[in-house]
Amino acid sequence: MRGQVVVRLKREVLDPQGVTIGKALDNLGYEGVGSLRQGKVFDVELETNDPAAARSALESMARDLLANPVIEDYEIQLLDEGSAGEGLVTEEEGRA
Amino acid sequence: MRVGVVYYPGSNCEQDAVYACRLVGLDAELVWHKQESLDGCDALILAGGFSYGDHLRCGAIAQFSPVMKQVERFASDGGPVLGICNGFQILVEMGLLPGALLANDGLKFRCQDTRMQVEKTDSPFTNAYAEGQILRLNMAHYEGNYFADEATLADIEQHQQVVMRFCGPNGERGAEHNPNGSINDIAALRNRAGNVMGLMPHPERVLTPELGSADGRLMFESLRVALTGMASAENTEPLEVIADV
Repeated sequence: MRGQVVVRLKREVLDPQGVTIGKALDNLGYEGVGSLRQGKVFDVELETNDPAAARSALESMARDLLANPVIEDYEIQLLDEGSAGEGLVTEEEGRA
Repeated sequence: MRVGVVYYPGSNCEQDAVYACRLVGLDAELVWHKQESLDGCDALILAGGFSYGDHLRCGAIAQFSPVMKQVERFASDGGPVLGICNGFQILVEMGLLPGALLANDGLKFRCQDTRMQVEKTDSPFTNAYAEGQILRLNMAHYEGNYFADEATLADIEQHQQVVMRFCGPNGERGAEHNPNGSINDIAALRNRAGNVMGLMPHPERVLTPELGSADGRLMFESLRVALTGMASAENTEPLEVIADV
């Protein structure tokens, strides 16, 4: 199955890139943009079809490498739980 | 006494570090990151550059190189470890030094001379400097903005871990003299035991007056004093032969 890890700088850490991008939107005429934070997205394909195992593997990857816990927070999401009609789970089922 | 200069794919300052050590009379050799042994090195320098292309975060991938387990053990046994630029980034990623290094506050890659004041001389890397001495070193980095949360910062200050701070020509402090936004103007930081130190500027680039400053040389002389007790080196002239690759 596929999972996604989103990594962002913690709230208390200044994100000068996010601030700059927010200002650029402002300059383009987008009104009402409040705070903007830039982050990173990791799409990870995993061999397992067990959501609990996938989640725990992604947690571990985020802690060990994908995020630096000193400055970053992360969020984990599992994709294609079987009903989305795309992605690894469906392909595997199709082959079986 | 031998200094090992650890380098990775993407490092680019390892030769300069070897040269600097040899210039002050220390034996030095390159240590490739795939090595699993340190071959009896007495001190380590993690060289500057862009290990693994700075992918993910600077130093994030280099911390898992095979040699790093030995580096970690060497550091926890009290061996002197100096991280320069990317080497500093690797040390904080590994957790051998506290905090983290963020993008410079002005979002610019800054390649320039910078001044910093020596606060602590009870260190294997600064014992040859005078307390309060103002150094002119060169820096070249994008991610050198030192950050630590409030509690960590208080802990760092309480344990006298700030070895140098950015300053003006006469030691003035303030945002205009801080080239990358580092919190509390921290320019060189050590661990609590004092044997591990990291800094973003490059002492190995300023070894003789012809290079605009010779202020980096004393950092290597300090290391020689720490390792051998010898206050003066046999080599006083620039070396002709640089390191073997």
